[in-house]
Amino acid sequence: MDPQVLRALTPAVIGVLVHRGADFASAEDAAAEAMLEATSTWVADAPADPKGWLVTVAWRKFLDAERSEKARRAREDRVAAQPDPGAVSGVDDTLQLFFLCAHPSLGPAAAVALTLRAVGGLTTRQIARAYLVPEKTMAQRISRAKRTVRDVRFDAPGDVGTVRRVLYLVFNEGYTGDVDLAAEAIRLTRQLAGLPEVEETAGLLALMLLHHARRSARTGPDGHVIDLAEQDRSRWDTTLIAEGVHILQAALARDRLGEFQAQAAIAALHADARCVEETDWPQIVEWYDELLALTDSSVVRLNRAVAIGEADGPVAGLEALGEVDPAVPRHTAAAAYLCEKAGDLLRAAELYAEAAEKASSIPERHHLTLQAARIRAG
Amino acid sequence: MAKYLMLKHYRGAPEPINSVPMDRWTPAEVHAHIQFMQDFAAELEATGEFVDAQALAPEGTWVSSGGEGKPPVTDGPFAETKDLIAGWMIIDVETYERALELAGQLSAAPGAGGEPIHEWLELRPFMEAPPTIAD
Repeated sequence: MDPQVLRALTPAVIGVLVHRGADFASAEDAAAEAMLEATSTWVADAPADPKGWLVTVAWRKFLDAERSEKARRAREDRVAAQPDPGAVSGVDDTLQLFFLCAHPSLGPAAAVALTLRAVGGLTTRQIARAYLVPEKTMAQRISRAKRTVRDVRFDAPGDVGTVRRVLYLVFNEGYTGDVDLAAEAIRLTRQLAGLPEVEETAGLLALMLLHHARRSARTGPDGHVIDLAEQDRSRWDTTLIAEGVHILQAALARDRLGEFQAQAAIAALHADARCVEETDWPQIVEWYDELLALTDSSVVRLNRAVAIGEADGPVAGLEALGEVDPAVPRHTAAAAYLCEKAGDLLRAAELYAEAAEKASSIPERHHLTLQAARIRAG
Repeated sequence: MAKYLMLKHYRGAPEPINSVPMDRWTPAEVHAHIQFMQDFAAELEATGEFVDAQALAPEGTWVSSGGEGKPPVTDGPFAETKDLIAGWMIIDVETYERALELAGQLSAAPGAGGEPIHEWLELRPFMEAPPTIAD
């Protein structure tokens, strides 16, 4: 059985257990155990009703855990008397689980870990590998997160905005470990996009799809970053681009703009250009203006300055860059790029070298070092 | 989350406030120090922030290629003036401020007289993976 299909059942199983009277933390544990059992026993022989199987096994695990707990605490009656409300809407449960896992009382790392496990159905080991920490550390991070949300009501209304930010973090993490976090984030965002308050979630999904489409063109064979302008656009995934654009257009038509829709619009304009020369920079600048009005972020200001450099020339770009806080990451790299465009090669090479020293990732450092080397080689 | 290395030095770091070397401590003070280090790591595991801790032997050798088909060239032992790393702890934390806080706590490990050593630790951020969405 496809592990993704199996994992997609996780939130529904937790939901059923919670509706039958289990608390979230125990339900989550029981569902995770049932998943593990499924992975080891379904290899040869998958059941006809996977969800029913998982619910049965998870409920049994929950009761076993409760009973051993009860032997100490003598609270047998509560669960024994619990009526079985039967099947409930899986959609609402998934949304509630998203809310719980991205609860504002959790820090970003805790919310990410809990979401990947309870909604994504990943094992603690897989999450630990993806974030390059020991399994024990990740297990503790997840237990603490569950303790933090222990007293949050399962049916309490939540904030879809915090859920979106968690999914954005997962997507942006990149491709470490044996789990494809970008693909996982897209899968979860698709689930969320089917639930209420859709425009910005659609915007986020479109943003992810449009960036995912460039994935194979974004790095060279040795892992160094390839700039958007230098990418082999024939390697972009046109199916993902078409889907992203379609989702974005439907969202924009509802006229409730948000930052993810604006970011996706910029990504869509890049995707629309068959070569870098065809890029509609004036429209990209307009979208950066929209984005700035929505977020007032210095990172957006920086990217806007680079776009102005393309739309109105490097001198205008450098002027716009002058108004951006120099402490923003990639400020020096942007200055180097604009200086080179303006013909100040000596200064550009110096700035590229300086930017390489400040880079926060090795692929980025290699890329910037290569730029300096390219200019100095004449 | 961001990973940081907290680097301890045998030598090369600025002088700590409580600079009595460990071999002059009482056995009880040594035990208290070791217990502190173990508790510190255990606490980080419980908070989900622990990644790794290792110690290095002080002796080592400089090694360089001797050219194709020739054995590597060695030079050692290290000169007395060399900056010498004693070990490290790696943490995975939400913020730089949290990394500072933890390094401060580790630096206050008890030494002679049970008083905090105020050892100088080197705090270094790890290089990250480049973000997927950059434009």
